[in-house]
Amino acid sequence: MAEPNLLAVNQSRQDNLNPAKSFQGLIFALQQFWADWGCVILQPYDMEVGAGTFHPATTLRALGPKHWNAAYVQPSRRPKDGRYGENPNRLQHYYQFQVILKPSPPDIQELYLKSLAAIGIDSKIHDIRFVEDDWESPTLGAWGLGWECWCDGMEVSQFTYFQQVAGFECSPVAGELTYGLERLAMYVQGVDRVYDLNFNGRTDEKKVTYGDVFLQAEQEYSRHNFEHADTAMLFEQFKMAEAACQKYLAVGWKDEKHERHLMALPAYDQCIKASHVFNLLDARGVISVTERQSYILRVRELAKACGAAWLATEGGGAGAESR
Amino acid sequence: MPDLLLEIFSEEIPARMQARAAEDLKKLVTDRLVAAGLVYEGAKAFVTPRRLALSVHGIPARQPDIKEEKKGPRVGAPENAIAGFLKGAGLASIKDAKIQPDKKGDFYIAVIEKAGRPAIEVIAEIVPEVVRTFPWPKSMRWGSGTLGWVRPLHSILATFGPETEEPQVVPFEIHGIKAGDVTRGHRFLAPGEIKVKRFDDYVAKLEKAKVVLDPARRQEIILADAKNLAFAQGMELVEDAGLLAEVAGLVEWPVTLMGSFDKAFLAIPGEVIRATIRNNQKCFVLRDPQTAKLVNKFILVANTETADGGKTIVSGCERVIRARLADAKFFYDTDLKTKLEDRLPKFAQIVFHEKLGTQAERIARIEALAAELAPLVKADVGKVKRAAKLCKTDLLTEVVGEFPELQGLMGKYYAEAQGEDEAVAHACEDHYSPKGPDDMVPGDPVSIAVALADKIDTLVGFWAIKETPTGSKDPYALRRAATGVVRIILDNEIRVPLVDIFLTADIEIFLDIKSVKLDRPRMALAHLDDEGGLSHQAATKVWHRIVDNAFADPIVEEEANTAKDRVFGLLDFHVDRLEGHFRASGARHDLIKAAMSIQLEDDLVSIVRRVEALGKFLGTDDGKNLLAGVKRASNILGIEEKKDKKNYAGAPDAALLKEPEEKSLAEAVATAKKEASAAVAKEDFAAAMSAMAKLRPRVDAFFDKVTVNADDAKLRENRLKLLNEIREATRAVADFSKIEG
Repeated sequence: MAEPNLLAVNQSRQDNLNPAKSFQGLIFALQQFWADWGCVILQPYDMEVGAGTFHPATTLRALGPKHWNAAYVQPSRRPKDGRYGENPNRLQHYYQFQVILKPSPPDIQELYLKSLAAIGIDSKIHDIRFVEDDWESPTLGAWGLGWECWCDGMEVSQFTYFQQVAGFECSPVAGELTYGLERLAMYVQGVDRVYDLNFNGRTDEKKVTYGDVFLQAEQEYSRHNFEHADTAMLFEQFKMAEAACQKYLAVGWKDEKHERHLMALPAYDQCIKASHVFNLLDARGVISVTERQSYILRVRELAKACGAAWLATEGGGAGAESR
Repeated sequence: MPDLLLEIFSEEIPARMQARAAEDLKKLVTDRLVAAGLVYEGAKAFVTPRRLALSVHGIPARQPDIKEEKKGPRVGAPENAIAGFLKGAGLASIKDAKIQPDKKGDFYIAVIEKAGRPAIEVIAEIVPEVVRTFPWPKSMRWGSGTLGWVRPLHSILATFGPETEEPQVVPFEIHGIKAGDVTRGHRFLAPGEIKVKRFDDYVAKLEKAKVVLDPARRQEIILADAKNLAFAQGMELVEDAGLLAEVAGLVEWPVTLMGSFDKAFLAIPGEVIRATIRNNQKCFVLRDPQTAKLVNKFILVANTETADGGKTIVSGCERVIRARLADAKFFYDTDLKTKLEDRLPKFAQIVFHEKLGTQAERIARIEALAAELAPLVKADVGKVKRAAKLCKTDLLTEVVGEFPELQGLMGKYYAEAQGEDEAVAHACEDHYSPKGPDDMVPGDPVSIAVALADKIDTLVGFWAIKETPTGSKDPYALRRAATGVVRIILDNEIRVPLVDIFLTADIEIFLDIKSVKLDRPRMALAHLDDEGGLSHQAATKVWHRIVDNAFADPIVEEEANTAKDRVFGLLDFHVDRLEGHFRASGARHDLIKAAMSIQLEDDLVSIVRRVEALGKFLGTDDGKNLLAGVKRASNILGIEEKKDKKNYAGAPDAALLKEPEEKSLAEAVATAKKEASAAVAKEDFAAAMSAMAKLRPRVDAFFDKVTVNADDAKLRENRLKLLNEIREATRAVADFSKIEG
């Protein structure tokens, strides 16, 4: 009598962490894979960002001579992509799994393919392709070359060799892998609507779907992003974040020589903040085409200055050079 | 003679860069070989997503020996000069130099014999140089290295040797990558290392390792397989050369498969389905050969063979396409819910060009201009205005936002769906035409009016802000727009005075900048009608006279000049396009300027008719001889006028006409001029040419019998005036001096 029950428990425990059966299992499997390779597994950055690239673990760590290997999940907010929960694919809040390897190892493509195998995408039965896709982030003053990775015609990842970040050349070059987790999960679970994704891998009464977790949020935030976000406050917040960023950058220099900076990270937080506030204003449709360009430029100026400050910190390699 | 095999193996090269890269590799290597004295027999370059390959056959094993003489200092020159010479020439002692006498004395000559180096050494220098300086549109660095390539470069294979022997590996190293004789097969199907000797076994071994090296062959395979798959189902492939080339650049081992989608999606316009499947998924669509309508199948090209015969791949692709089509259907259905005219207010917020106002302003201008054009092209003004108002609204639809290449077409569908008049709906699409040399020209009057208004507004606008094309730079495609205007006018034989239209379209009126003052330039331009010369230069001359007389106020003159420069500059631009159009169709483009030099002419149809009549006339004996006669008269006049520093204009004195040939020519000239002018006024250019033809025997006879440069100065002057009259008379039909040949 006890045996079948035990089996069921084992089965569901496996499914909890099975990348093909649960959303969380997919995340666990990727973390496991990259941890095994030697990455530090970080937690999401505790601020609103538009993509995993904004995490200081990527933007700032991509700069400077120091080696750096990290992987993390990053909730990403794209206010304009909200669809009130009615579109099966588009979300204003979704997850990216981000890997940054600096310097990019020579076998990075093979590593990527192995990571796909680890989540159940086997190149023996799937058609995996690297299709040209150059990446550019005008707000971060960053660009790189690489591909979008296709699995049977579906884009499942972005693969980029960073050439420039915050206006500075990357040397060594970091390789960045970004997995779109919802899309990947929909593919491996065979689901056509993101809200139908099995989140925890259970098939019994304890089953939780992606919709159970996020549908209400999508509806509420769509209302907020498109209709009610307080634009007067946001305009003010943008200015405040911009001013704060500039202020922290200015007072952060150790001395007159401007060789060492002591507050690059807090300053960069304000740059992230300004960027997200701009995205919200953009979603509210209160920024005209010409203004849009100037806002992007203002954020880029902040990002560049933060990059310069970072390069004057220990993490940016400044100490190593002067020694 | 030995052959060279070179392969540069990297991570995936963007499809769009591959063909050019193969050509560049071939050219860069072979140019350097030839420059090094290594003249080869043949070369071929190939490319796959992961490799650039080059085979050069018949390279000499060694460079030819070179003997070079280098002149040194004079015998007895200072010691340091001699030492420098020895060093430069590579001689050990001055005894090794020859002494050669010269006008200025005896000089040392070094005879340097350079033995040719083995070709393999030269190649070992050439290849690294080519790799380091390769002209990729965008190259990158990776890891900790500094080498640039399109994507990380992994290995280089370079072998050199004659067919009969074991080839050698070319000894070189680039940033730690040492050339070898090893490559790899297909990324998934045969990832192991392959040892290669020369081109033949390279191609064969790659093929075994699931790599088709030749991109042309990959295209052939895909096309043949796709057609077969379609045929087997009673369907037809919708061929797409651009897509085929791209897809062949994404695979090393093409495997063509067929998938399907829900028939319900066929309710979306076929073009939207095709754009969705093509742009996003790089798949081909199929049609029913009977109805030419799309069917619910597609062809995909995978890069790998799988144990399940591609089943998983197809089903994955079907899911993606289903989602994409669901999006497209959603966009289409959403678009249908909003009437086109309800989208108009949004244009007030969209800037067309920083200096040219918003899209709303532009649409208002197009509508006003199209309405003015409507009667000239016999179109219903109401329909024209409606079409002009709606023609850009599809830019704001979801489908066009997703697939910009469907602009216009979607406008037509949406206009039809909301029950617009057929002519109005068609104008929404056709007003963009002709989009290129092969595109059709709109023929419906409503489309014509809107198409002309759209293009002319663009042209006049960019002329007004001085953003005109320079050299190869034409970012706003103004040449294409003007060629479109020319073709629409000619194909439909539309009689429109372009100068008036350009003035009507003058954007400044709408921009409210100097609207009041423009009436004056307009009046002044009207004066130009009576004056000779259409070219910008000629117009400028006449213009100054008019302005001096009529408008003394210098501010007005400045403004008026700007207006004139714009209008005539733009007209010249159209005439240049007309010439281009003639040249492309093999017609005599050189006659256009000749036919236009006669009067202010901005009616392209009239110009073309005149050119045609002129061309025909010049094809006859009469025409050829008259042209020769007029040219002869002009030459003589030119020489004599220069010599005498005076102009022989004015009527000849009848009393001084002595010889019968003179008298008859004078008579004929007067008649021909009168008849031709009358015929031209009636646009009967054939009759005008016949009138000219009558002149020919008299001109011939005159030159036969009469000496122009008579001893009697009065006679000479009179005869020169007569020559001038010939030239003047022929100006009724064309400026013969501008005709070539």
